Amino acid sequence: MKALTIETRRGARCRVLEAGSGPPVVFLHGAGGLLADNPFLDRLAARYHVFAPELPGYGESTGEELLEDMLDFTLHGWDVVSALGLTRPHLIGHSMGGMIAAEMAAVAPRDVDRLVLVAAAGLWLEEHPIPDIFALLPGELVELLFQDPAQGQTLLTGGVDFSDMEAFKAFYLGQQRRLAMAGKILFPIPNRRVSKRLYRVAAPTLVLWGDADRLIVPAYARQWGRLIPSATVEMIPDAAHMLPYEQPEAFVSAVSRFLPR
Amino acid sequence: MKFTWFNLMPWPYLPDDFREKHRSVWVDIPNTLYDPRKGHYVYHQYMDQLEYAESLGFDGIGCNEHHQNGYGLMPSPNLIAAGLARRTSRAAICVIGNSIAGYNPPIRVAEEFAMLDVISGGRLVAGFPVGTPMDTNFCYGQIPALTRDKYQEAHDMIMKAWAEDEPFAFDGKYNQLRWVNCWPKPIQKPHPPIYIPGGGSIETWDFCLDHDYNYSYLSFYGYLRGKSLLEGYWDRVAKRGKDDSPYRAAFAQIICVADSDAEAEELYAEHCLYFFNRCLHVFPPFADPPGYRTVNTIKYGALSQLRMEAQRIMQGLTWKQLVDERFIIAGSPETVRQQLEECITGLRIGHLFCLLHTGNMPDWKTRHSTKLFAEKVMPQLRHLWSDWKDDTRWWIHPMDERLHPEETRPGAEKPGQEWR
Repeated sequence: MKALTIETRRGARCRVLEAGSGPPVVFLHGAGGLLADNPFLDRLAARYHVFAPELPGYGESTGEELLEDMLDFTLHGWDVVSALGLTRPHLIGHSMGGMIAAEMAAVAPRDVDRLVLVAAAGLWLEEHPIPDIFALLPGELVELLFQDPAQGQTLLTGGVDFSDMEAFKAFYLGQQRRLAMAGKILFPIPNRRVSKRLYRVAAPTLVLWGDADRLIVPAYARQWGRLIPSATVEMIPDAAHMLPYEQPEAFVSAVSRFLPR
Repeated sequence: MKFTWFNLMPWPYLPDDFREKHRSVWVDIPNTLYDPRKGHYVYHQYMDQLEYAESLGFDGIGCNEHHQNGYGLMPSPNLIAAGLARRTSRAAICVIGNSIAGYNPPIRVAEEFAMLDVISGGRLVAGFPVGTPMDTNFCYGQIPALTRDKYQEAHDMIMKAWAEDEPFAFDGKYNQLRWVNCWPKPIQKPHPPIYIPGGGSIETWDFCLDHDYNYSYLSFYGYLRGKSLLEGYWDRVAKRGKDDSPYRAAFAQIICVADSDAEAEELYAEHCLYFFNRCLHVFPPFADPPGYRTVNTIKYGALSQLRMEAQRIMQGLTWKQLVDERFIIAGSPETVRQQLEECITGLRIGHLFCLLHTGNMPDWKTRHSTKLFAEKVMPQLRHLWSDWKDDTRWWIHPMDERLHPEETRPGAEKPGQEWR
């Protein structure tokens, strides 16, 4: 994929990965950001014109001080769509990105073609409290995110050798910066009341979930399905919270069946 | 040189296997470990000790705010301070302080601190900490990356509430009040001395210097490790063209005094080890949520190095290490005097927060240590900073004709017998 940098009207400068051709698809990443390799995006690009913007505070994107609350994040999403010159894209949001995509679809229902929510954050069920991702040891995080923690560790760190102190420091700083940003909409409870706005979502919606998700358990998939007027829920076997990375093939085929070309 | 007797008020009944059985003394510590009936005696003992310190001539007595923890039992230090204000009349009451980012609305702090200043006759030292991440973020739910911004706004509201004579509207990002009108207002004008406790965030230095507030470095790792951080502060003071009055800075130090060095170990070792092994046993992620520290502070690195170094030493900690590494200053009056002089002059601090009660130390040992300190150490250190003895910018200015409510008196039965 090629990388371009856009500037939103608010003044945030964001890196966007872009590839493929066809109907525009905007992919919004989760709290950990895009990883070093995102093979599912390459596969999607075989059928769609894929854009994967990085939020301010992630990678080379700057302007994190401009975004403070949920409305800022939501409007930033639309500002990015505008800066890319897209009309009525499909939106795919993973985890925190799903929370943002759902808000975008609720505030501007006519501007979304179809919506895909993947292991989306943004709801809270008292009987299924979501673990506090801001209070985890690194090993615990990997256990929660991936069905196969060893594979997950390699994916998350992008193969960085942590015995190299400088490399470790750079990774640590990056992670602090990313999660500081994510905390603005996820801390202390990842619920900014999108549930009371979901009745507005007009786009046909696919809710995709890993059946082994331990971070945001499948009960949440059913809740999204209940709250969004035209939603279908699909479970992906052998996948946990990082399902696009864990099962890229199954992920892409489910998305491709749902999004028209 | 000013000495404040400080009690963190730890829970003294954490079990011996606390470290092994529980991951943290803070945030998610099982509250079944707290026994309110024992707590009744604990609070009274701790408050008695603070009052005792006043009677021995300490300049101040101090308390602070922490939540959901066995390390310090003061979710509301203002309640403790209110008790002290009624039972003392001379010492400064140092509330170090209220974690103002967590108060909604922050005018509450302006009001309660004003009440304390009025009840005590102008003896309040007002502390405004950002609060530890355990307290402010994990217990009180503030978003880490916005905590400093919210803190700043709360500070602005409180200071304006004290300064203004007319009601005003406050249109903040986190707090909107159409009518801010602080009743009562503090006795001390323009406001009580303000202390900003810092754990090592470099942004705090400029904040203190912008407003001429006291910078209080609170650490349990002693003056050898505090030195590089205080040096950074004093460099900043010089760069900003401010005078270098030692009263701009305060430091907290665990101190144990006995008749001899050997007796100090015999009397106090188990209690100091209790403190370091149990009361400081915090699950690491609770101490470092992303966004609480700014990238600049992380890059400055003082904190993380200090932590890593401290973590290393904390493994299998012994009394000898605590003393040799100067985490604590312990020994005979002469040993303590000599090391404290090194600490005070080395860090250039005009205020010492003396932690003379530590961990699960029983009352009699606390009083023994406190008395020896007051009689044999404090007088030997009073002369320090005599060049600055008239600099009262960071100390209380009480009413001369204030009451002595600790002296019991019957109510007025006839006209003319009222307090006035």
